[in-house]
Amino acid sequence: MNKNFILYAVILIFGLAAPFLFPAFKVQLSILCVLIVLATTWNIQGGEMGYNSFGNILFYGLGMYLCASVQVGMFFPLAEWTESGGEKTFVHTPTQFFQGMAVGLVVAAIVPTIVAGLIGYSILGLRGHYFAICTLGLGVAAGEISGGIEIIGAGQGFTTPPFPNVGSLEARGEFFYFLSFFTLVLTFIAVRSIYSTRFKLILNAIRDNEDKAEAMGIETMKYKIIGWMISAFFCGLAGGIMGGLVGYIDSTDVAFDGREMGVFMVLMAILGGKGTLWGPIIGATIFHIFKEGFWTFFLGWQYVALGVLIVVIVIYFPEGIMGWLREKYPERFGEVVDEKDRKAQVELK
Amino acid sequence: MDFLVFQYPMITLQACLDGILLGVLFALIAYGMALQWGVMNIINIAQGDLVILGGYIAYFMYLYGIHPAWGVIVAPVIMYFVGIAIYKLVINKVVDRDLFISILATFGISILFMQLMNFAFGADVVLANSGYGTTMLFDNNVVLPNSKIFSAFISIVFAVCLVIYMKKSKLGRAIRATAQNARAAKILGVDTEKVYAATFGINAALCGVAGALISITFTIHPYMGLPYTIRSFMIVIVAGLGNLPGVAMSGMGLGVFEEFADYILGTEFRIGSVFLLLVLILVYRRFKLSRKREYLK
Repeated sequence: MNKNFILYAVILIFGLAAPFLFPAFKVQLSILCVLIVLATTWNIQGGEMGYNSFGNILFYGLGMYLCASVQVGMFFPLAEWTESGGEKTFVHTPTQFFQGMAVGLVVAAIVPTIVAGLIGYSILGLRGHYFAICTLGLGVAAGEISGGIEIIGAGQGFTTPPFPNVGSLEARGEFFYFLSFFTLVLTFIAVRSIYSTRFKLILNAIRDNEDKAEAMGIETMKYKIIGWMISAFFCGLAGGIMGGLVGYIDSTDVAFDGREMGVFMVLMAILGGKGTLWGPIIGATIFHIFKEGFWTFFLGWQYVALGVLIVVIVIYFPEGIMGWLREKYPERFGEVVDEKDRKAQVELK
Repeated sequence: MDFLVFQYPMITLQACLDGILLGVLFALIAYGMALQWGVMNIINIAQGDLVILGGYIAYFMYLYGIHPAWGVIVAPVIMYFVGIAIYKLVINKVVDRDLFISILATFGISILFMQLMNFAFGADVVLANSGYGTTMLFDNNVVLPNSKIFSAFISIVFAVCLVIYMKKSKLGRAIRATAQNARAAKILGVDTEKVYAATFGINAALCGVAGALISITFTIHPYMGLPYTIRSFMIVIVAGLGNLPGVAMSGMGLGVFEEFADYILGTEFRIGSVFLLLVLILVYRRFKLSRKREYLK
């Protein structure tokens, strides 16, 4: 515990100091925080509960649109804003901007949670690949439908309010960095405390054998919905922040981007190791560094690389980095290994 | 939003006929998906991208001055080998694994294909002009392009040939035996590895035919693959595995549904309505099954 405390303190201090240490990478670091939030919360129902969803992008995009719409709609007519398409007809004062952002983020977190609760009963009853394909369909349908709605910009996109002029040029990057870092810390604390309760064991029971869990008297449906709602809460929050950070929302390329973000969160969690606390965090960090390298040096070939990467990770590292470490150093993970057993295995090899 | 489509019977008829001709094509793709799903227990997300690749083969023949209808013969031959290559490189490593792994792996293949096609053929919407003209029916009130009729006819021919092949030939029998019980088939001397490869190849070839026909009748674009995957998945779930008349019927039903959605909601919601229909069908299926489970209790 003591060792862990020092580790967390170091990470926290590093996180707080990061924008001043690497001022050029502020936006990248903020995106990294958002990616970690997405991967960690995907892991709640993907890794722990065994319900592999491609549809968490639904909550992410919903949060993004809601946050921006609320932020604009609180002070100006929304339809005219989108019609002017980013022309500076309306300008937020700093107070309006931050007020709108705060209310927007609350809405962006709560509405997806409610949506997850409402659709959860019907969708979480599906098992295995039916669930996966159904959520894939949900994500794409949301993108296609939001691309046809006029008030949020339809196909031409929706410009989020530009950051107000508060004196220093660095303020925008710092604001979004600390916002996303704070969200990351919040997510980590929430997920960590969830993982130390009975709730996590129930989720694992659902993953391992749902029928048996039900036979043991666990109301599986209730816990599945709660698990999905927790995921949706943080996905919506992350979406709201990302909308402000990117500054421009497009229905299929930014918000409901199943081809990029929707796959990224699954891939990051699998790369790090499904069903572990630290796996998605490590996976997201490595993935982000790798991705940025590719996006910078092999521009144009990034999706080709992404496709190959998915296939390679899925075929050769389905257990992820944490799974590999666990196999290599089982003692570190609190697993008791019989010395004789290990010797026998070495001889077998 | 108007309901002109219900007030004028000719428009309704037009939508129905368009939908049925389109649905036959969907059924052909869905047949390939049902085949590999039944035999290998794999859901191929890259199905739609194989279709689009087949379409580009026909399109390129058109560019080089060959009539695109010959693509119906060339595309499946090329796609068969593409399918075998995909099987050897990726699919044979995920056949026995968790279904989610195979979904994710084929999703990766899908992204890869999408982007490679985007590089190779450009991001324009293209179509291969067959120059077949149109047929007018009912006092020129219903217009049917001959290419659509041609494509429906060819799809039916291919489907019938394949059904006969599956019934009569040795490989067809081996495929059906593997679908029933892979282990038993292996014990009785069927080389399941070969059967799997052949199944995936046949599936890709069917996609090639369908793609060539789509490039003649409709348009193709590198990113249009996923809707075809979802459509064929939907058709297979509605019909059930191994139910061929069901696949044909639900394919046509989906085609008609899409045409009506197009008329009523507008073209921009067409793909969205397909995906929503998938969600609704799955949810309906879930409640139906859960009722069955309650009986068991």
